[in-house]
Amino acid sequence: MSSLVSAPAVHSLWTTAADPISKINAPKIEYGQLSPTLIVIGAAVLGVLVEAFVPRKSRYYVQAFLAVVALAAAFAAVVGLAAGGYGTTKAHIAAMGAIAVDGPALFLQGTILLAGLVSIFMFAERRLDPEAHGNRVDSFAAQASAVPGGDTEKAAIKAGFTTTEVFPLALFAIGGMLVFPSANDLLTLFIALEVFSLPLYLLCALARRKRLMSQEAAVKYFLLGAFASAFTLFGIALLYGYAGSVSYATIASVVDGSITNVDPALADTMGNDALLLIGMALVGMGLLFKVGAVPFHMWTPDVYQGAPTPVTGFMAAGTKVAAFGALLRLLYVVVPGMRWDWRPVMWAVAIVTMLGGAVVAITQTDIKRLLAYSSIAHAGFILAGVIAMTPDGVSSVLFYLVAYSFVTIGAFAVVTLVRDAGGEATHLSKWAGLGRRSPLVAAVFAVFLLAFAGIPLTSGFAGKFAVFKAAAAGGAGPLVVVGVVSSAVAAFFYIRVIVLMFFSEPKADGPTVAVPSPLTMTTIAVGVAVTVVLGLAPQYFLNLASQAGVFVR
Amino acid sequence: MNPVNYLYLAALLFTIGAIGVLIRRNAIIVFMCIELMLNACNLTFVAFSRMHGNLDGQIIAFFTMVVAAAEVVVGLAIIVSLFRTRHSASVDDASLMKL
Repeated sequence: MSSLVSAPAVHSLWTTAADPISKINAPKIEYGQLSPTLIVIGAAVLGVLVEAFVPRKSRYYVQAFLAVVALAAAFAAVVGLAAGGYGTTKAHIAAMGAIAVDGPALFLQGTILLAGLVSIFMFAERRLDPEAHGNRVDSFAAQASAVPGGDTEKAAIKAGFTTTEVFPLALFAIGGMLVFPSANDLLTLFIALEVFSLPLYLLCALARRKRLMSQEAAVKYFLLGAFASAFTLFGIALLYGYAGSVSYATIASVVDGSITNVDPALADTMGNDALLLIGMALVGMGLLFKVGAVPFHMWTPDVYQGAPTPVTGFMAAGTKVAAFGALLRLLYVVVPGMRWDWRPVMWAVAIVTMLGGAVVAITQTDIKRLLAYSSIAHAGFILAGVIAMTPDGVSSVLFYLVAYSFVTIGAFAVVTLVRDAGGEATHLSKWAGLGRRSPLVAAVFAVFLLAFAGIPLTSGFAGKFAVFKAAAAGGAGPLVVVGVVSSAVAAFFYIRVIVLMFFSEPKADGPTVAVPSPLTMTTIAVGVAVTVVLGLAPQYFLNLASQAGVFVR
Repeated sequence: MNPVNYLYLAALLFTIGAIGVLIRRNAIIVFMCIELMLNACNLTFVAFSRMHGNLDGQIIAFFTMVVAAAEVVVGLAIIVSLFRTRHSASVDDASLMKL
């Protein structure tokens, strides 16, 4: 690499780069087409102002109202754009090449917004915890900066403080998630990654109960997340060095050799495959970290267990949707020209992710950790669809992401209901006999577990079928065999929880099931409805996903 | 001087940072090592920008600085709150959830 550019060539560049710039063209931004993101980020900024100016008593109502209205409006904007043909015929690249407005982007943005909306309902839930000094409290710490159990915290609880900052934080995270799958250059990708990660790190630390675990989860998530994003950034730097640009289209044309009029200063690095391979590997690693694929999954169980449960549900769904969207775009738009290099690697990652997640989940004794390992296994199933490299692969992944996100949020919403004196009773032994004590809650949870397991008539089955069919058609037959085997392994521990709930005697000191407000009930009802509808009549949504399955280049 | 040497320097700094993250035990030091990695990325961007004669890399370096600053705000808040609870910033002590 030492002879990339000769010394005289470098000297001439010194003068080229120092030439005065005669005119800067004003960028053209298509505000209307970016409106979903702009609405959500705008509402988040407004939420920060609400924190500063609205009296403490009414902040909760204002914040919750603002968040719900913003997400609904943004979803309406997405539907409007899709109806206007931006997902199909009018798909194009907006904001000077930074953002793609196309089918997969709009489909995933819609998914993220709906998942975010039902998560916000869980965030706003205030009837599960017992009232403190006559004030209703939510799942978040009274004052995040106060030491748990200390005098400051007691005073904060007594004064009725609540961390209403969670609403703007969640909106910022959703804003980043909206940009992530539609990013069309590597810089936008990186900024979106940070915009949605940083608020999530903070949200993880804010649990009202079990705050030590919550803070520990936040530190682990933050340090590992920042470590992974540093690798991503270095990968971006190497890809920039390789292609001389961070735009997806330019990198793709350099990769497949279709680029015309090569700048002489770039001729050396463009021939350097080491830059391309290492850069892609590092960027891919960052994305696989976010989806929780196996060599990079270490953070998942701890963070899922320690974070406040509403945040876990939100994060599990939103992060996965956004990160798989970005991964799809990267693999299908930027580096289809080197698929013979990345496919074997992704094969290996998918296999260890499916098997690893399913096998380790068997040994878990905590329901949140169990769901975390199950989410790892699901990341493997989705990867099988990503590897297919066909239009069916894209649409099956899109469908799977919708199915998976609502099942996950619903399952975590049920976890928030099962409580004992210490808060949520997450140890599996406490769930014994839940079906005798509260049949409805246990039955709902059983529906979600069956969907996770991929039993027919649930959305999980339709999603898995679509993904495996696409993978088999795309020449990944052995991967499908591994997928089916690990689904069978995974079914074992889902069924075990169902058996535990319905066929064992309830303990005398077992947990009680709290009666939630209509907010959490809506979350759970939407989860059940999506699970059943997508299971019974998946065709309409599969068609929608396949219409949306084409990336703009 | 040949700008390729700056790439080697950046790779070296990045490696030092990555090794630091893996072997150090204090959360603050781990965090500083991550910042070192981000700065190594910046140096790479600027060196490539110089080699290619386009300004993209230098602009990206500014974005990275802003991101790093935002990360410091969030990271220190989390680490300080952990320290106030446990009177220790060691990442080894944070093992409540180990199986």
